[in-house]
Amino acid sequence: MFQTAIVIGASSGIGEQIVRKLAARGTKVAAVARRMDRLQDIANDWPGLVLPYAHDVMDYDSAPDLYDQMLQELGGKLDLFIYNAGVMPPVEEGEWNWDKDRLMLEVNLLGAVRWINLVGGTMEAARHGTLVGVSSVAGDRGRRGSPVYTVSKAGLTAHMEAMRNRLDRYGVKVVTAKPGPVRTDMTAGMKLPLMIEAHQAAEGILNLSESGTGSGYVPKTWAPIMNVIQLVPSFIFRKTNI
Amino acid sequence: MAEQEIAKPVDQDPLSQSPLNQLPRRVFDGFGLHNRGLSHFLVPRSADELSALFRRASELETTVCFRGNGRSYGDAAINPGGLILDMRHFNKVLAWDPETGVIDTEPGLTIQELWQHSLPHGWWPPVVPGTSFPTLGGCLSMNIHGKNHFKMGGIGDHVQEIDVVTPAGAQLTLSRQSRPDLFHAFISGFGMLGAITRVRIQLKRVYGGHLRVAQWAVPDLRAQLEAFQDAERSDYFVSWVDCIGAGAAGRGQIHRASYTQEGEDPLGMASMSVQGQSLPKTMMGVPMPLVPLVLKLFYSSNFGVGITNEVKYRASEFGSTSDFYQSHAAFHFLLDQMPGFRNAYEPGGFLQFQPFVPAEHAEHVFSEILRVSKSRGLVSYLGVLKRYRPDEFLLSHALDGYSMALDYPITRANRVPLWAMLHELAELVLEAGGKFYPAKDCLLKPAHFRRAFGQEAISTFRTLRTECDPNRILRTAWASRVGVDEPE
Repeated sequence: MFQTAIVIGASSGIGEQIVRKLAARGTKVAAVARRMDRLQDIANDWPGLVLPYAHDVMDYDSAPDLYDQMLQELGGKLDLFIYNAGVMPPVEEGEWNWDKDRLMLEVNLLGAVRWINLVGGTMEAARHGTLVGVSSVAGDRGRRGSPVYTVSKAGLTAHMEAMRNRLDRYGVKVVTAKPGPVRTDMTAGMKLPLMIEAHQAAEGILNLSESGTGSGYVPKTWAPIMNVIQLVPSFIFRKTNI
Repeated sequence: MAEQEIAKPVDQDPLSQSPLNQLPRRVFDGFGLHNRGLSHFLVPRSADELSALFRRASELETTVCFRGNGRSYGDAAINPGGLILDMRHFNKVLAWDPETGVIDTEPGLTIQELWQHSLPHGWWPPVVPGTSFPTLGGCLSMNIHGKNHFKMGGIGDHVQEIDVVTPAGAQLTLSRQSRPDLFHAFISGFGMLGAITRVRIQLKRVYGGHLRVAQWAVPDLRAQLEAFQDAERSDYFVSWVDCIGAGAAGRGQIHRASYTQEGEDPLGMASMSVQGQSLPKTMMGVPMPLVPLVLKLFYSSNFGVGITNEVKYRASEFGSTSDFYQSHAAFHFLLDQMPGFRNAYEPGGFLQFQPFVPAEHAEHVFSEILRVSKSRGLVSYLGVLKRYRPDEFLLSHALDGYSMALDYPITRANRVPLWAMLHELAELVLEAGGKFYPAKDCLLKPAHFRRAFGQEAISTFRTLRTECDPNRILRTAWASRVGVDEPE
């Protein structure tokens, strides 16, 4: 049971569902996203339990002050941190777009490193906490359909593993959650296999967070599939449409 | 020797104008691994930079803590949420006279760097702790002692002069003639008056790289203290105390050592080279690199420590009774010969409880400590007994008596009963007129601090603090915990 939590990327989709589920279990949650109006709606449903904070993860310099403020309002002790912010603008076949590439790296990876390392330091000092990165099955292979999205998620997966190796000895739990396709604003209009609903993804991520250190797929069905996909030799993989 | 234990300071612009919260941070810990805190840190390089940093800290309304090599066991060199000034860039020898043995150094120089500089010329630091890794600045702030306090006092007794920079903006030279009140408070002032930027210290003439050493077993605490009656005839005197063994409480082994006379050293002048300071290759038959592993194995339970202590005691009973020669480094720096020994206490770490007790009460207080510890199953894994004389420094831990340094492992399960027991035992120590040592402490409360150091000395210290640090920007976790600034 987590007494306190911070969720980054909390205004819609998986993040919103994580916040609602945590609040329903009695966890005091600092919910962070750009869109204050949507955060406020969630906060209104859970007065006193959900604290909304407007923040753009690309505003790296404001993160430390915001973190200090949230920690203070959570009573100085943080049990759970989830980095869930992510974007995946559609990148067409034959499209080469730096603006989209940069946006994905900044939100999905740089923002994650900024926050996870900020929180990791205090968790190391406190010898306590669970640090969760919401990565993706997409990070397991470099895919032709979304090159930079796969880079951002592969980077996040690797960073979470590094955090696990760095913080395990201090009793800090580090969890990598790798959902498959989830029906959210990000995937609106896309046709993707084994699609699940956001509340199901949130449940899966929270289950992983509670079971402690490690890495896991959401839903678990993806484990055997990704194990096979990772074994496909590159010269065959490049001929497929995965 | 474990050079890797001294992490090099990071290069950065100490006067970078970025807001405090954008500075790099790291987790700083006490040597006992129990106390720790996340702090922003900066690495100043000159007295002027220090002055500028003090001004900036005032503007930013943050607190500042000096840190050398992080050898304080508890929370005396950490400052969670504040700023740490890593002083290790101040590591130069400024002047050295091999004729008189007077040396001027910056405060970030370590004891190891000091003796390696001076011994080839025939000079050894007059006072050294059990590890060579502390910086001189740290040593002065704590007025550290060695195994010869009964004869040579603390390190401060050999300091002739210091340069300091205070948060109030003063840059002063202090000595027994010039501002003696501040001189005697800066040394022993645990970094709460300002930064030391230069140290002038008189080293001790030696005629060889070896000490003449003898060691023998003693059956109980009374015999230990009786053996100490003879300490004056040696230059160093210390004893190991078995706090767990099946035998009489307080049995152990005396180690006594003396400097060699001119021409006596078996290896002659060669022994004074850095290479000549050979360290033992084994400990109780175990090769040094494997010692931490073996400790980890045995130091995971009272039972395991009981076995090692039994072996150590029996070995000392049958060991050599005649004098032998040992290098200065090997005799003094046992801790350094086992890099990573403290990791045997992971993950909870350990604390060192080191009460200082007037000679007339030593036997009673120490035997009570051993008895209570044993009866509660909260035993110290290591006990070390040393002899002291009073000194002239304001917040001195020294007195005419003894100290017993005790290493207690900390675990999730014993945390609460251990603190409760040590607070009870601290009461016993204070009733006997005893004291504690900031470099080791991690459990004193404001009332303990007042009784140990005396209301008058503390008031004088606060007045000096108002002169040197009017805005109270200097802070350590230790000083806050014991209420250095708290009005009575």
